[in-house]
Amino acid sequence: MINTQDILQTMQMIREDHFDIRTITLGINLLGCASENVARTAERVYDRVAKTAEKLVQTGEELERELGIPIVNKRVAVTPVSMLIQAEDPMPIALALDRAAHTVGIDFLGGYTALMQKGATKADEALVRSIPEVLDRTELLCSSVNVASTRAGINMNAVREMGRVIKETAARTADRDSLGCAKLVVFANAVEDNPFMAGAFCGVGEPECAINVGVSGPGVVKTALEEVKDAPFDVVAETIKRTAFKITRVGQLVAREASQRLGIPFGIVDLSLAPTPARGDSVAHILTEMGLEMAGAPGTTAALALLNDAVKKGGVMASNHVGGLSGAFIPVSEDIGMIEAAQAGALTLEKLEAMTCVCSVGLDMIAVPGDTTAEAISGIIADEAAIGMVNSKTTAVCIIPAIGKKAGDRVEFGGLLGFAPVMPVNGYSCADFIARGGRIPAPLHSLRN
Amino acid sequence: MMKALISVTGADTTGIIARVSTKLYEMNINILDISQTILSGCFTMMMVVDLTSCGLTFSEVADELTPVGREIGMEIHVQRMDIFDAMHRV
Repeated sequence: MINTQDILQTMQMIREDHFDIRTITLGINLLGCASENVARTAERVYDRVAKTAEKLVQTGEELERELGIPIVNKRVAVTPVSMLIQAEDPMPIALALDRAAHTVGIDFLGGYTALMQKGATKADEALVRSIPEVLDRTELLCSSVNVASTRAGINMNAVREMGRVIKETAARTADRDSLGCAKLVVFANAVEDNPFMAGAFCGVGEPECAINVGVSGPGVVKTALEEVKDAPFDVVAETIKRTAFKITRVGQLVAREASQRLGIPFGIVDLSLAPTPARGDSVAHILTEMGLEMAGAPGTTAALALLNDAVKKGGVMASNHVGGLSGAFIPVSEDIGMIEAAQAGALTLEKLEAMTCVCSVGLDMIAVPGDTTAEAISGIIADEAAIGMVNSKTTAVCIIPAIGKKAGDRVEFGGLLGFAPVMPVNGYSCADFIARGGRIPAPLHSLRN
Repeated sequence: MMKALISVTGADTTGIIARVSTKLYEMNINILDISQTILSGCFTMMMVVDLTSCGLTFSEVADELTPVGREIGMEIHVQRMDIFDAMHRV
């Protein structure tokens, strides 16, 4: 028989500490849907998603009920759409995907994606051109573009173009606090099995379908650390590992059960700490629990490095296949501790950039003034891509130039996407740098210092 | 064996175990273990039960227990034991 203390601990994690399964994401390969014209492809895409994901939400809700743990989102990730087209406008496919997402009742659908780290095909160019209008006209569709990798270097033409695309997306969705940009991510070293939005897509190395699960639970880690106040970092790391093991085991259980019920292979569990704007569900507050007055204070990067590594070490034994982005997320608008730190001026864009060297992804859900130039946004993307490229890690930029707002104002996205203070951007120009275009060569893999 | 944890939380009162166990008896559900404690200031009674021979689905058992909780002014949750096993056993 199981120990009462263990049962109580689990109940406390779920009821008090906001422990939940963030997402069950169903990866669906759409390559077989490509046809001679976009209209026909769109029809086939709709049918394939609607049929394959038919029982996803219902299965998620059943598991939620039986296991007594919230499964916050049910999502679908599809093959990068640029692989399904030639050079035509892919809008009909975007609309079909959004319609399919509504039909099956999921929260988000990712994969309006182009992979152009080395160069762009005509299809990639057509897809990127369409992004602002697509994110304006669809509701649940998420878009991502990979512009760099450790092996290919940085495609600076794509970086330049994405600065413009982000600005245009912001302008088109200005009436919704430029919400379109919250559904758009620019990656370096994008991964093929990521269950998290906005950057989820089903990579070409993936099977026909796969169930990928992302867990959450920063509140649980913070509560565990409250028990080891003033202890040295060895104890802090061990405490985080033990906690990460426990929460990942539940992710593994949910993934296995969902896979069995849907008859779809289990892909991976993403060893993640994903915050929400709710108090008690913050990654930043784990850092403050370690002894920092606010996220952004000196020591923040070291604290985050420890956290990120311990989450992986604890989680890796809890699941038979791990993958995705795996680590601690540091979105600004989705984390009350990050929001407060940014509002107080403790957390700057530059400090966030340093933090992305050691966290799971990159600059995430950051609002900047609406008059930030396209070139400045491209410069920020290039910096993040360089960090990812050189350090062989995934980095990303999800940035919202909030039209009509200036530093210190606030943007509201609602729900899990939260709200964010508009953060100032370094005002010196990088326009001539971005105008060059071309490619930054891939880095050397020896002489690593 | 299909094991589940029934947790009953709220203000302590007389007859909690009696009411819940009577309902379980009616559904032919065997009680394997009972304990009670205070969780976050709330009285919490926990029962580990075996659903194997009750002939009802998990959801049906939960639906049957919800009105019993309402009658005694407590919240009743049913969870499969698998979540506790997964989390606390290597």
